[in-house]
Amino acid sequence: MHDDLVTKLADLEEEEALKIAKRRLDENEDPLSILDDARKAMQIVGKRFESGEYFIPDLVYSGEILRQITEMVKPRLTKSLDVKRLGKVVLGTVAGDIHDIGKNIVVFMLDMAGFEVYDLGVDVPPQRFVEEIKRTNAPIVGLSGFLTLAFDSMKETVEAIKTAGLRDKVKILIGGGQINEDISKYTGADAYGKDAMAAVTIAKSWMGGKRHV
Amino acid sequence: MYEYDAKQAEVKRSELFDSWLFPHGIDFVDSQAEENYRARVQRIIDAINLKEPDRVPVTPTFSLFPILDNGITAEEAMYDYDKTNAAWRKTLKEFEPDAHTGSGVTMSGPLLDALDYRQLKWPGHGVSPNHIYQFVEREYVKTEEFYDHFIEDPSDFMLRVYLPRVCPGLSPFEKLRPVRESICYYMDLFKNMVVWGLPEFQEALEYIKRAGNEALKWATKVKEFSLWSQSEGFPLMRASAHAAAPYDVIGDFFRGTQGVMLDMYRHPDKLLKAQEKLVPILVKMGVDGAKASGHPVVSLELHKGAAHFMSDEQFKEFYWPGLRDVMIGLINEGIVPMPLFEGDYTPRLEVIRDIPPRSAIYWFETIDRKRAKTLLGDVACFKGNVPITLLNTGTPKDIENDVKELIDTVGEGGGLIVDCGIWFDEARHENVKAMVEFTKSYGVYRR
Repeated sequence: MHDDLVTKLADLEEEEALKIAKRRLDENEDPLSILDDARKAMQIVGKRFESGEYFIPDLVYSGEILRQITEMVKPRLTKSLDVKRLGKVVLGTVAGDIHDIGKNIVVFMLDMAGFEVYDLGVDVPPQRFVEEIKRTNAPIVGLSGFLTLAFDSMKETVEAIKTAGLRDKVKILIGGGQINEDISKYTGADAYGKDAMAAVTIAKSWMGGKRHV
Repeated sequence: MYEYDAKQAEVKRSELFDSWLFPHGIDFVDSQAEENYRARVQRIIDAINLKEPDRVPVTPTFSLFPILDNGITAEEAMYDYDKTNAAWRKTLKEFEPDAHTGSGVTMSGPLLDALDYRQLKWPGHGVSPNHIYQFVEREYVKTEEFYDHFIEDPSDFMLRVYLPRVCPGLSPFEKLRPVRESICYYMDLFKNMVVWGLPEFQEALEYIKRAGNEALKWATKVKEFSLWSQSEGFPLMRASAHAAAPYDVIGDFFRGTQGVMLDMYRHPDKLLKAQEKLVPILVKMGVDGAKASGHPVVSLELHKGAAHFMSDEQFKEFYWPGLRDVMIGLINEGIVPMPLFEGDYTPRLEVIRDIPPRSAIYWFETIDRKRAKTLLGDVACFKGNVPITLLNTGTPKDIENDVKELIDTVGEGGGLIVDCGIWFDEARHENVKAMVEFTKSYGVYRR
């Protein structure tokens, strides 16, 4: 029965997945095991996206099903899900740019992959990134941007991190509509991710398999 | 589905090509300007016809580039139309492109202020003075508020649901009776008049008046520049009209990117039905605009159909049929649709080649050039696709290498227009110069 939820959610069968989750709750099953199955399903979704079987709408849809399951389960939770966190990531859309679709997908995928993500939102000034890095001690910073004006904003953000003396404490990952290897060099970032899964893969490789709580 | 009418399309297209070549109401400053104008338009027409012109046309699509390159902020430009036009005049004179899109892209600050328009942020209103206005992505209309209403009566939906949400001064319109209910007896019409006497409706009328005044001032200046540019020998690349992919219209303006994606799973039939309703509306918008401008090219900016944004199956079911219908509808009226394929369209090439030959300009941002030439070489004119990243951060040498590769790969036999892969703002002056000059020298077909 447990496999059912994993399969139905991974296969994006919304009605079925919600029905199973509800039935399991009604049968007084531990809500944490339901969430754990949902998490397993999302890992399958991530793998299918990585392999080219799933696309962004599939990610969005799976996220929407997951949101409903989580909302259903929440009132019954007595303790939080003890997820081993891979590490912290500070992430936001850089100054001047208000686009957030891509950024939100990356935040979602990093979260699913086990990262603790500090999402600063859109149009984030360089100094705000610096403050958040200091506050959280996050070893990874993600800069997102859709418009071409983001090239300079990213560059300025990397500079600000450098000026604050934090450059060798963090790895900087950039991404977004127009971003490529050239822009990665231009901004002084450490890498660029061509999509959300690439961002996850790079972030994981930077954590070197180590777990930071 | 629209059927392609080759005979009608050719007759009408040739009429529109003529009115582009011989524009009504343009007094050329001298015979050289007139000669330049005609040579430039002919060059583009040859490219559309997949014939070799005298050389590859180059039409850099300036967005804020003329403004920023002339040291003006985006904010100043949006509020001072004369400054905007002066910057554009300088840029056109200096770069001498084969065509341009006009100064209207800069937009009007006073108009947006008067409307307090909710789907954009602009300099001084959520965006810094140096940055371009930006779209505010949101689910503006929920599923249950959108599909049934829109499918039943698009105009009523626009008037009483959409406009009040994006133009706050029109919020009283939510309380209007549907206009179609002003029938049966005189009394119904008279009763429906009552609301217009209420203070909030009178304020709404004042709001429309203020916005109308600003729109007229702005459009007058945009037109002034457009006439000047043509008289100086610089043709317009497109009519003052838009069409779009129906899926994008639903996603961009009503349901949001995430909303329309979810609708593919939850309400597929309604999503397709709403697109069906949109097709004739979009075709008519393009046709009316093209006829008014006497210009055959109508642009369609595509946002949500690129690789990753949906699967191939979803593209074939939810995106392409609506877009193709709109394009066929336009082509049948003699119009040359110019879709800008934003994002990577390489995986879609096999699908998008299903369009009548020599009927469209395909403007690409990211594409495998070689595959595009193989699959589209005998179908559609290729426009683009010098990377914006290179224009913004590369060197003139980088640009020359890229344009050379582009012309070598796509230019053979004609059917190529060199441009950036997208509208551009902050590009380096010398790089834009290199793109134009190198195309003009290297892209010569007949010596």
